[in-house]
Amino acid sequence: MVNIVPPSQEGWITTRLDLLVNWARANSLWPMPFGTACCAIEFMASAASKFDLARFGMERMSFSPRQADVLICAGRVPFKLAPVLRRIWQQMPQPKWSISMGACASSGGMFDNYAVVQGIDTIIPVDVYVPGCPPRPEGLLYGILMLQEKVKRERLSDNRLRDEMEPDPSSKLYIPPPVIDELSEPFGNSVHQTRSGL
Amino acid sequence: MSTPALVTAGSAAPDHVPVTPRNLPNRGGPANPSAERIRLRFSAAHVRTEVVWGETTVYIQPASALEVVRYLHDDDAEQYDYLADVTAVEYRDLELPVQVVWHLRSIPYRRFLRLKAELARTAPLRVPSVWPVFKGADWLERECYDMFGILFEGHPDLRRILMWEQYQEGYPLRKDFPLRGRFSRSEQLRQALAAQPETRYSMHELSIADAFEDLPAEMRQRLARGQRPGE
Repeated sequence: MVNIVPPSQEGWITTRLDLLVNWARANSLWPMPFGTACCAIEFMASAASKFDLARFGMERMSFSPRQADVLICAGRVPFKLAPVLRRIWQQMPQPKWSISMGACASSGGMFDNYAVVQGIDTIIPVDVYVPGCPPRPEGLLYGILMLQEKVKRERLSDNRLRDEMEPDPSSKLYIPPPVIDELSEPFGNSVHQTRSGL
Repeated sequence: MSTPALVTAGSAAPDHVPVTPRNLPNRGGPANPSAERIRLRFSAAHVRTEVVWGETTVYIQPASALEVVRYLHDDDAEQYDYLADVTAVEYRDLELPVQVVWHLRSIPYRRFLRLKAELARTAPLRVPSVWPVFKGADWLERECYDMFGILFEGHPDLRRILMWEQYQEGYPLRKDFPLRGRFSRSEQLRQALAAQPETRYSMHELSIADAFEDLPAEMRQRLARGQRPGE
């Protein structure tokens, strides 16, 4: 039997491992900016001095997915870019999270047409959706704080959280095709624009 | 490679002082003098001339588009040295023909001319490419083919440019094309995700470009064997 008696109580702290790891992770999220449209301009403003994303541990923008923790998709994603976004997500190492910034990334927005993906959650899993067209930097910061809250509540013992989602081999999709069709049904003004009339 | 000659705006017509036109009529008014010369020189190809808001539009037969453009580019009295745009117009009225539009600009004479060719819908939409005269027409005509399905005969590499090459839904800017596309959302997504990003902007495009010669020899060999980067 080994008795470890610290000479003094100084320099010792006892805590839950979850708390410690999640505290470290949540406060050092490295974002991978995937900016395709005007949301990226607001994203740049968020990173600049006035709003200063670095206050929340996002000092370093990671322009390589291999060194990134959180993918921030800012802007509309056309179908031509869909496999690129999927590939970038697959290149990011675990643990990883993603934020869908703006109406277009979250739902296709006003671009209910032949060329634009109706929400990036049909391509990659999304943790936080930030609404707005484009969202103000405060909106993005709030979304990031929500993501930090989510990270802080994760359990290390829950292995499923870190499992890499494999798409269905036949359809290459995470979500069943009928669900995607149903989710991307036209809404609002779009219902009058689905057919050309010819 | 020779240094391109410097073109000064208005150098061919030094007496002409450019002024901002005012009180332009909707129709009519003085036409671009090039229009009359096209009518005299290509009497069989010339269809009609219109002047709208001071801008001249010359309608020509589609088959003679290349020779008219070549004349406008080469002739010393015209010197249309800048092709601003190649595009097409389709009207909702199915009776009306599809129009192909060329925007030409003569920098030495400070002139603007719009050429139009009307293609009947009964036959395949074919028009000669102006690529032999303007190399810059390459991507403009590819975009026009991609969006409208107009076949530019004589184009060296007529492929889709905005949509991907495997795109099967048709030509998006045609009036009979539904706004949301022909396939269901899941099918569109499935087809898009089936593509490999590395092969999308493939070295095939580099291999047809002049840059192919500048690539390292080992890379050229791999490409010649059909290997694509990232595989």
